Amino acid sequence: MTILSMVFRSLRQHLLSTVITSLSIALAAGLILSVWVIKDQSNATFTGVDAGFDAVLGARSSKLQLVLNAIFHLEASPGNLAWEDYLEIQEHPGVAHAIPIAVGDNYRGYRLVGVLPELFTETQFSEGNAYTLKPGGRLMAPDRREAVVGSFAATRLKLKPGDTFHPYHGLLFDEKKQHAETYVVVGVLEPTNTPADQVIWIPITGLQLMSGHDPKAATDISAVLVKLRNPQAGFRLDMMYNKQGNRLTFAWPIQRIMALLFDKISWFDRVLEIVAILVAVVAAGSVLTGIYNSMNERKRDIAILRALGARRRVIFGSIVLESTLISLLGMFVGFALYAIIFTTAARVIQLQTGVVLDLWTWHPALVWTPLCMVALGAITGCIPAIKAYRTHVADHLIPTS
Amino acid sequence: MPLLEIIQLKKKYLTPSGHEQLVLDVPSFSMQAGQQVALSGESGSGKTTFLHVVAGILPADTGSVLLNERDVQGMPEPMRDQLRANHIGYIFQTFNLLQGYTCLENVLLGMSFGPGVDRPYALQLLKRVGMEHCRDYYPRQLSTGQQQRIAVARALANRPSLVLADEPTGNLDTKHAAEALALIRATCRENEAALLLVSHDQMILKAFGACHDFSNFNKANTGEAKA
Repeated sequence: MTILSMVFRSLRQHLLSTVITSLSIALAAGLILSVWVIKDQSNATFTGVDAGFDAVLGARSSKLQLVLNAIFHLEASPGNLAWEDYLEIQEHPGVAHAIPIAVGDNYRGYRLVGVLPELFTETQFSEGNAYTLKPGGRLMAPDRREAVVGSFAATRLKLKPGDTFHPYHGLLFDEKKQHAETYVVVGVLEPTNTPADQVIWIPITGLQLMSGHDPKAATDISAVLVKLRNPQAGFRLDMMYNKQGNRLTFAWPIQRIMALLFDKISWFDRVLEIVAILVAVVAAGSVLTGIYNSMNERKRDIAILRALGARRRVIFGSIVLESTLISLLGMFVGFALYAIIFTTAARVIQLQTGVVLDLWTWHPALVWTPLCMVALGAITGCIPAIKAYRTHVADHLIPTS
Repeated sequence: MPLLEIIQLKKKYLTPSGHEQLVLDVPSFSMQAGQQVALSGESGSGKTTFLHVVAGILPADTGSVLLNERDVQGMPEPMRDQLRANHIGYIFQTFNLLQGYTCLENVLLGMSFGPGVDRPYALQLLKRVGMEHCRDYYPRQLSTGQQQRIAVARALANRPSLVLADEPTGNLDTKHAAEALALIRATCRENEAALLLVSHDQMILKAFGACHDFSNFNKANTGEAKA
């Protein structure tokens, strides 16, 4: 009979207390892991999303709004710019690719983005990753009412090649605002794990000429996605549009703009971190009180063990080991809880933005959280262990009623 | 050479009013190996304290307790614990079985702090006390007489040279008390362990050949002392 088997028996004997304190540890561990991993992975993923472009040119507005609208397909378009503006930046010697986009319609809440087919043939959504169509599909013709659907949108809307749909006016779904035009789905994109998966892509002229849209703005576009030849071109265009001009905004570089967004909301991360740490402290306190409160009923058992020859350090060690095992047990459940919280949060983020978070991505918190929680359990176990250590044998060999 | 020799043993307690109360004052006491001795005495006469001091559970204020020529009271606490685990078996009035452990586990637990766990011997002991069929029972599932049998088996688990029995039949009816006493004496004899039994039950004491009045050894006035 080892000290470990003694501890397991004690855990079994105090099963309810063991389960409750383990669950509180699990809750704390699950929250800490979720807060840190989701926060950091979101940060890294969002600041890494650029749809394969370096900048966005749009109407005069905040750079963040332009990026959110043109790259993440969130937020409203800040306004239109003329087709000539697209042609001007396309011809700039520092620009490798310029792709105009137009927004303003949706199909059942999923945004329609008018675009040139060159987006799929000449650009990549990330370094080394080109857009590909699922088997049986093809790209839309620029002069037809055809659509290519992002993988996530296709799944949610149950769209497949050959299906037809009527677009709805505006970025928010309102069934009273249906357009008369009928579009045919001709292809579904393979998943890109980017916001492009959330979009229904149609020819830009289709969106510009949609019935009900202002005919005067028939050649206007919402933004231009820009791939630069080199960073110096970015400085020159930034000077030209943002400092010397006052009509358009050149949002560059996209990743730094997104990083600034996360910097602005970093206080919220701090709040979440503090809450998670407080939960951990409360959980450690529950381990402490759980074992400490049971010490009175354990005193006789401890006295018996001591009378049988158990040394004080064995008693001390068994209590510390018990609280450590409670924390360890809590950590196992905590990982399961983390998986549930992460999967739920990732689903919400994917639904809202199309960005995919990966549960299996490595993060240092996956190591330091269990280590800290188990260490915290061991440390808090020392307090009741000291009480056990000091138990007076002769006084507690006689049962108390 | 005696197995147990006590010389000038004194032990005081602090009373709630803050005064020191002499509980034990035993100038000399000795037992030979394998000897069975019963000490009689009224409640509060210091018998339990005496056994606790002999076992090294309580420290004496002065004097020596020599077990196999080793001074128990002169040892640091961890050594006293080790000596108790290896050489002393203890049978309590209230049995003091651990409720979270089965009968077999209680016996094995008695071994785990001593020379080591010997499962076949634990089973043999349970068989000897007639409790082999209850090896997987928990103490709460047993009668008081059965619990006492398990306590006897546990006390002998480490093949001790000395078994201390503190009112071992105090919780048993007359019939079971006589059976338990016979069992304790027989098993101690079979295991060549000396037996030092304290009791205030005259009927039990009569069964003992060597029965001594504790007050003959203990010179302290313990009328109001803790025992």
